[in-house]
Amino acid sequence: MIENRPGLTLLAHLVLMAGVAIVALPVWVAFVASTHTATDFMSGTIPVWPGPHLVENYARMLDAGVSTSGTPPVGTMMLNSLVMALLIACGKIAISITSAFAIVYFRFPLRQLAFWCIFITLMLPVEVRIVPTFQVVADLGLLNSYAGLSIPLIASATATFLFRQVFLTIPDELTEAARIDGAGPMKFFRDILLPLSRTNIAALFVILFIYGWNQYLWPLLITTSSDYYTVVAGIKRMADAVDGLPQWHLVMATAMLAMLPPVAVVIGMQRLFVKGLVETEK
Amino acid sequence: MASITLDTVGKIYPGGTRAVGDVSIDIADGEFIVLVGPSGCGKSTLLRMIAGLESISEGTVRIGDRVVNDVEPADRDIAMVFQNYALYPHMSVRDNLAYGLKNRRTPRAEIDRRVAEAAVILQIGPYLDRKPRALSGGQRQRVAMGRAIVREPAAFLFDEPLSNLDAKLRVTMRLEIKELQRRLRTTSIYVTHDQLEAMTLADRLVVLNAGRIEQIGTPLEVYRKPASTFVAGFIGSPAMNLISRRAVPHLPVAAQAGTIGIRPEDLSVAPDGPIEMEVLAVEELGAQRLVHGQTGGERLTVAMPSDAPLSDRLRLSYRLGSLHLFHPETGRRID
Repeated sequence: MIENRPGLTLLAHLVLMAGVAIVALPVWVAFVASTHTATDFMSGTIPVWPGPHLVENYARMLDAGVSTSGTPPVGTMMLNSLVMALLIACGKIAISITSAFAIVYFRFPLRQLAFWCIFITLMLPVEVRIVPTFQVVADLGLLNSYAGLSIPLIASATATFLFRQVFLTIPDELTEAARIDGAGPMKFFRDILLPLSRTNIAALFVILFIYGWNQYLWPLLITTSSDYYTVVAGIKRMADAVDGLPQWHLVMATAMLAMLPPVAVVIGMQRLFVKGLVETEK
Repeated sequence: MASITLDTVGKIYPGGTRAVGDVSIDIADGEFIVLVGPSGCGKSTLLRMIAGLESISEGTVRIGDRVVNDVEPADRDIAMVFQNYALYPHMSVRDNLAYGLKNRRTPRAEIDRRVAEAAVILQIGPYLDRKPRALSGGQRQRVAMGRAIVREPAAFLFDEPLSNLDAKLRVTMRLEIKELQRRLRTTSIYVTHDQLEAMTLADRLVVLNAGRIEQIGTPLEVYRKPASTFVAGFIGSPAMNLISRRAVPHLPVAAQAGTIGIRPEDLSVAPDGPIEMEVLAVEELGAQRLVHGQTGGERLTVAMPSDAPLSDRLRLSYRLGSLHLFHPETGRRID
């Protein structure tokens, strides 16, 4: 819709600015808090502008962490988060693209059943199956490990469906041309399907990376060793000060740091991401 | 280079629908065969069975001396050109041409030589490093043909390759395909629903209807002696007039004829002609004029010079020996 009325333009801008303010204000408050000392924030009046302790607070978090809450330095936690998010994103993509390939291009017995089994897992997110999943992971001895953090979250019906839809838009003639050109199934997958779903893979990677990075309940449950704390779960542990006030300035500094990798991924892959979501021409 | 032999080939889909039945054709080495028929007549299915993209339910397909019923498409030594080109969108034109050869482990130098050669033949040299999406429809079609040429196959299979092009380009590309085939002398099977395309390209036409062969013959044979009312109505433009014998009782034709066919161009205005037609509509084509009318309750079309006199009622005569007679029940030709 293209309107050319100044009043409407103004209104549109006001709505957008309100939206930005709603999203950005908490982030700003967190940032301001992370640049003050602990006492500044407890005094009752919340400062509006950044204070002088930015470098000091961030350096402390990256270097040592908050010993009283038993969390390791933020650097370690971020690394854990990064490993977990990457394992989840890459694992999900690898598994779902191959299963979509099987479902779309092969006529094997019980194909429909396999399809519906994948479909049904949509109704069983981690939160629903958390007790049995924990039991399985514990029995396998995967508590406090990267495998335990990521594997239970890797199976993904949504990603399988996304790739199924992508594959269904690829014209049959292309498959047939490849067959005549002597490309076997795996060659077809590698030479034709993968390059054609490149943008979709990128879009999915962005979404799944953020999904993995933001995992909270599961890491909280299965990590007891501080070596495997992830940053999102770590923030919670820091805020839970047992004997004393939470050190909000440090919690907020951690929160700011925890925000950076997802932001970097989104900005870095923005162009591919948008292309992957809107591109229809194959 | 090879002959292709179809022996009582049939296709039955799971569920029992019969798409093709009892098709036998002997295609000589280097021949250009066109499968033509209305949509749904099974011509594409037949081509895809030859290509190996559809399984063969009945009969045998032979390429050269080899029965290929259970041979993978890639090993049948054929190349196919698709209606929507089916170029790999993420590869450059060069890679599109080379892909099949690479899969066949052709030496690098040989691939380069063949690609360069095809590029010259099809005049796509300047586009070799572009992606298909940067090409026009006609250029894409050439690349699709190039992909077939570099394979140097025993046979080309064309599946309505010109249907996505505009009318003018279709005519030029048609001619190019004809010249190309003449030059390469590769056995070709070409599927189309366009009877004009079929007439101009074919060494021999195979007219299909409802999954069965109606007639096989050179374009002129099919045009001059259509084997059935179906072929008579399908081949030739404007279509042949097919009128019931009762509508023109006084024409001197054999008693067993049920339907009489007269081509519009075999009719002419004559003051003492045996057929009287009531004019309903006139179409001007420039060089000639098509007059549509009726006689004895049957539709009739006459092609006449555009300067011929017109009136509401015309008396028509026909060229001697130009009547086609068909059996009243089977619709087959009576000679």
